[in-house]
Amino acid sequence: MTTSTTKYYSFKPLNIGRLLVWSLFAIALIVAPMIFKSSLALTMLSQIGYLIIICLSYNMLLGQGGMLSFGHAVYVGLGSFIAIHTMNLASKGSLPVPLVLIPLIGGLGGMFFAVLFGYVSTKKSGTTFAMITLGLGELVAAMALMFPTFFGGEGGITTNRVYGTPFFGMTFGPQSQVYYLIAVYCFICTALMFAFTGTPLGRMLNAVRDNPERVEFIGYNTQYVRYFAFIIAGFFAGVGGGLAAINFEIVNAVDSLNGARSGGYLLFTFLGGAVFFFGPIIGAVLLVFASVLLSELSKAWLLYLGLVFLLMVMFAPGGVASLIMMNVRVALFGKFKRFYALYAGLAATALLMVAGAAAIVEMIYHMQLNAALGPIVKLGGFELNTASPTTWVVASALLVVGIGLFEIVRRRFVGVWGQAQEEIEAEIKRRELA
Amino acid sequence: MNVEFFVISLLNGVSYGLLLFMLSSGLTLIFSMMGVLNFAHTSFYMVGAYLAYTLSGIVGFWPALVLAPLLVGVMGAAFERYSLRRVHKFGHVPELLVTFGLSYLILEVVQLVWGRSTVPYGLPEQLQGPLFTIYGTQFPKSRSFIMLVALLMLVSVWLLLTRTRIGLVIQAALKHPEMVESLGHNVPRIFMLVFGGGAALAGLAGVIGGNTYVTEPAMAASVGSIIFVVVVVGGMGSLAGAFLASLLIGVVQTFAVAMDQSLATALQAVGVAVTEQTYGYELLKLTISQVAPILPYLFLVLILIFRPKGLLGTRED
Repeated sequence: MTTSTTKYYSFKPLNIGRLLVWSLFAIALIVAPMIFKSSLALTMLSQIGYLIIICLSYNMLLGQGGMLSFGHAVYVGLGSFIAIHTMNLASKGSLPVPLVLIPLIGGLGGMFFAVLFGYVSTKKSGTTFAMITLGLGELVAAMALMFPTFFGGEGGITTNRVYGTPFFGMTFGPQSQVYYLIAVYCFICTALMFAFTGTPLGRMLNAVRDNPERVEFIGYNTQYVRYFAFIIAGFFAGVGGGLAAINFEIVNAVDSLNGARSGGYLLFTFLGGAVFFFGPIIGAVLLVFASVLLSELSKAWLLYLGLVFLLMVMFAPGGVASLIMMNVRVALFGKFKRFYALYAGLAATALLMVAGAAAIVEMIYHMQLNAALGPIVKLGGFELNTASPTTWVVASALLVVGIGLFEIVRRRFVGVWGQAQEEIEAEIKRRELA
Repeated sequence: MNVEFFVISLLNGVSYGLLLFMLSSGLTLIFSMMGVLNFAHTSFYMVGAYLAYTLSGIVGFWPALVLAPLLVGVMGAAFERYSLRRVHKFGHVPELLVTFGLSYLILEVVQLVWGRSTVPYGLPEQLQGPLFTIYGTQFPKSRSFIMLVALLMLVSVWLLLTRTRIGLVIQAALKHPEMVESLGHNVPRIFMLVFGGGAALAGLAGVIGGNTYVTEPAMAASVGSIIFVVVVVGGMGSLAGAFLASLLIGVVQTFAVAMDQSLATALQAVGVAVTEQTYGYELLKLTISQVAPILPYLFLVLILIFRPKGLLGTRED
């Protein structure tokens, strides 16, 4: 009996749209430091670069595999430690690893620990997975303090990234050269992770997320699918960790391995949008802006962050990316103009509400933390006096009126939005039939 | 190891274990009822402690012991009603995330209201001082009070769930929500009450844990991951398992913290010379008390490898 295999040739037209998006991404990475020249901007761009890798690798678990991990910092942090020890060995001359390959070493480190811990973690999915990763994260964080020779105790491990012969004239001493190293890795890793979504394993991972029973029935082992994805995610997390080690030249166990760090990756991957591939990129940008700019601007930034997160989970579980895509869809069907006024209304009423709330919160924080500096708080060009009752009354009035008006506009918006969505659905059905 | 050390450590371990049980019972109750893993559970514990601190300054400790858990319960119920219920239709992951966001928020609000340092939440007069003296060491009244309250709570929760009509409806709603709904019970309201009840249990633990230990903004995080370990080790959703696991972890940790033996001293005792040059000295010189913080998590990993459904768990999911 012979089995004949038929080969199917298919013609794939050049995907102009995808090519365009990737070229734009590359150009953005190259041009960004030429537009934003200040050293603060360069530091932020570098951080965004490796956080994109980390958030995308996190989303491989959360968005594509449906695995809610509370221990992703473990793989990032251990990747950092492996990378920094390799750098120290290389600069002593005992290991011939050039700096450009250090992130790969970090990646292999992250992958090694993902192989080790992933087997236990991925036995179950859902809530159990979340708790196991949490437990393992705590285990590693607590252990790090027990081995000060490897983890450097409270002070951490330092290194010097300038060693060996320059790479095509680059010593990686100046921040801009480090930025381009990060940018190259960021582009390649993003492309690889996007390519992963199209591989059979990537597709199976989506199937395991959506319907594990059915995957078992057709003969796949769901645990192995999750495990392999976990290992790959661990690799990219380690690459991100290695880049972070190069960027800061220091790794600290207390800071890089703890649960709060894992929570941060989770929070921002989700805020950016776990449903779309590019969502975590938005998340990484938001993470840097929040932790660098917002924390400078306001002492209450964690409170705002928690509130925004809670509201997003409740009202827009697809994150910022889904908000954008929903509006793009509305625009593509030519129904966006009926929303101009509504969006303006929402923005104006929200501004009232936020101004009132922010004034109250800032004043309370001021009284709590720097009461000794006098009763004046500066907020967006205004000076608020915590001692005078008028400020409190005005702020409360702004908040209450804002909430009331916002609710009116919101109800109207929900109505119009639902109407538009129904029309779009009908339009799609009509096109399918035609 | 002498008898005195053993008895005292055992008593301390059991009282700590019972406090852990008070915390994890609420979590287990909510989890087994609604399938929601409440990440903000220890935040309710913290709020309970802080509310009790404020209330005991106004009305005294004993009324606060009742009022603070009730307030926390109302907060929990309100959170379920206005936030968690909305998210329910999106599935388990968003439910978990919403409680995760709440834990951030509660931490900030607590720091906003009560400040960032420890508050002087002390023991009431009746609970100060030793209850009895054993081998020359005094056992404090406050610890025995924890034990008493936890045991009372265990018995009343158990009686409520197995011997009353409310308990029957709750248990039925867990297994067959549609059936219970069609019999005329308001299942969403039952869920709200259970969530509030679980939060109130956490609040109660906070009231008595807050003055025995320390009331500070870090108190939620310090027990946060331990009680998840308790719930997994005991078996997801099993109240008896949570009881067993919390006692076990409480006792093991209390004993471990007080021991400064290490593998190196053990080897030296049997006549093997251990010096700094010995292979793996880093590992050998670690004392048991240094290893104590990781013991619960080690326990968790071992349980997951050898008995994934937990000590007394029945479900294999």
